[in-house]
Amino acid sequence: MVSPRISQKIAFTVLFALAVVVIAPIVVILFVLVKNGISAINWDFLSQMPRNGMKVGGIFPAIVGTLLLVFGTTLFALPVGVCAAIYLSEYAPKNRLTRFIRLSIVNLAGVPSIVHGLFGLGLFVLFFGFGTSLLAGWLTLSILILPVIITASEEALRAVPMGLREASYALGASKWQTIRRVVLPSALPGILTGAILGVGRAAGETAPILFTVAAFYLPHLPGSIFDQVMALPYHLYVIATQVPNIPREFQYGTALVLISLVFGINLIAIIIRYFYRRAKRW
Amino acid sequence: MVVFLTNQINRQEQTAVKPKITVENLNFYYGKFQALKNISVEIAEKEVTALIGPSGCGKSTFLRCLNRMNEIIPGTRTEGKILMDGCDIYSKEVDVTQLRRKVGMVFQKSNPFPFSIYNNVAYGLRICGYRCRSDIDVAVEQALKDAALWDEVKDILHRNAMALSGGQQQRLCIARCLAIKPEIVLMDEPASALDPISTGKIEELILDLKKNYTIIIVTHNMQQAARISDKTGFFLLGELIEFGETKRIFTNPSDRRTEDYVTGRFG
Repeated sequence: MVSPRISQKIAFTVLFALAVVVIAPIVVILFVLVKNGISAINWDFLSQMPRNGMKVGGIFPAIVGTLLLVFGTTLFALPVGVCAAIYLSEYAPKNRLTRFIRLSIVNLAGVPSIVHGLFGLGLFVLFFGFGTSLLAGWLTLSILILPVIITASEEALRAVPMGLREASYALGASKWQTIRRVVLPSALPGILTGAILGVGRAAGETAPILFTVAAFYLPHLPGSIFDQVMALPYHLYVIATQVPNIPREFQYGTALVLISLVFGINLIAIIIRYFYRRAKRW
Repeated sequence: MVVFLTNQINRQEQTAVKPKITVENLNFYYGKFQALKNISVEIAEKEVTALIGPSGCGKSTFLRCLNRMNEIIPGTRTEGKILMDGCDIYSKEVDVTQLRRKVGMVFQKSNPFPFSIYNNVAYGLRICGYRCRSDIDVAVEQALKDAALWDEVKDILHRNAMALSGGQQQRLCIARCLAIKPEIVLMDEPASALDPISTGKIEELILDLKKNYTIIIVTHNMQQAARISDKTGFFLLGELIEFGETKRIFTNPSDRRTEDYVTGRFG
């Protein structure tokens, strides 16, 4: 029979070890990327157009393309997602339609990203006739991250204490006034955090942009929302598998830039959350 | 001549005891559970009425019937009449937001909004459509003074209300409630989470507010009820067992159960 103290120690050790396992992959990935890619990172690599079949020059258009995709996707997905979340958390009656909407959101989150890509191709590129364009990419990515934004926003809205809503009602506020002036401002940090995490995901996706917006090789910046753009994840795929004789550090360097971008976006979310957590304690 | 006199006496008596709130045969249900059973009571204007009784006896539920706060809980049902100044607050013509402006409420757990102190008090004013900055400034200052909080916060009006102490937060909630000039103030155990000094301040405040407001307070603290109230009602298992002058309820109750409760033999 093992004494309680020993068994407790064993349990702690096992739990700790497994927690460490979680950080191992990210550390290894970062280590490999930095080790092999850091030599490629310099101002020219970040600010130059690719030249000579992408073997020389930089990845500037891919960085700009990814940033454009991220901003545009946020613009489309955030309002729709937040409004849907407000409806679901504050207004939705407990009926079949509501259950069906929730089921749809869960399943939308489970749809493989290549299916999103093909759906975007069918609906936005071909049916609506947007062509392979920024607009089609924005809309496709918006659908992809909508479940993330809705779920996160709904959680943030639900986390607003009942006491605050009651206080507002007791002062003669209507339901909509209460939502707009009390619930939404209180939930905003949580909503933003969720939105930014969703956007971070959009920045790294390849399959949804494959047929809807991404350009194989386009050494200039887009002129309108109906233009194609290069994007980091697709560019990485191209230079890693589709074009021979690309310098290895270019491949690692591109991956490093992409992962830094995603981390940067996530970091903004974490900072917002930290800042607001200190400001409010209920 | 005799007829004339009795008429006059009747009228005088009526005006003297004219109630602010008249509750007639009030029943309230959470789903199938009946939380209030046939409550009838008259509550006088500009007095403090205390509601006492063990936990779960319906006193908070009763309080929340008076500003129709129970309506936000799904599956509840109210029967009977509540007249305020002679007008049935449950009639279809009554706008519940207007009613709640007239009947303010302070909750057990202080619940300031996570905004600045100023914006907390200004919230109710803005909700009812105040736009003029200087009007709001004046009303905020007056409400904070009425809630005996002004001197403590006048230099930090734009600091977040969450930074205040528990007692200050509760007085801020009172100020927020007073800002929109209600006629009746409902208080649901407003001091139960506070230390004795903060509790003393709240009690002092209630006695002061009595001059201008009709106050109904739910409390678990019987000394508190005895100290601050004019009338006391004793609730038990959803029934109003006894209602009357606080002094009489505590010294010479007519119901055995009231006596047992106020002397601490049960509950």
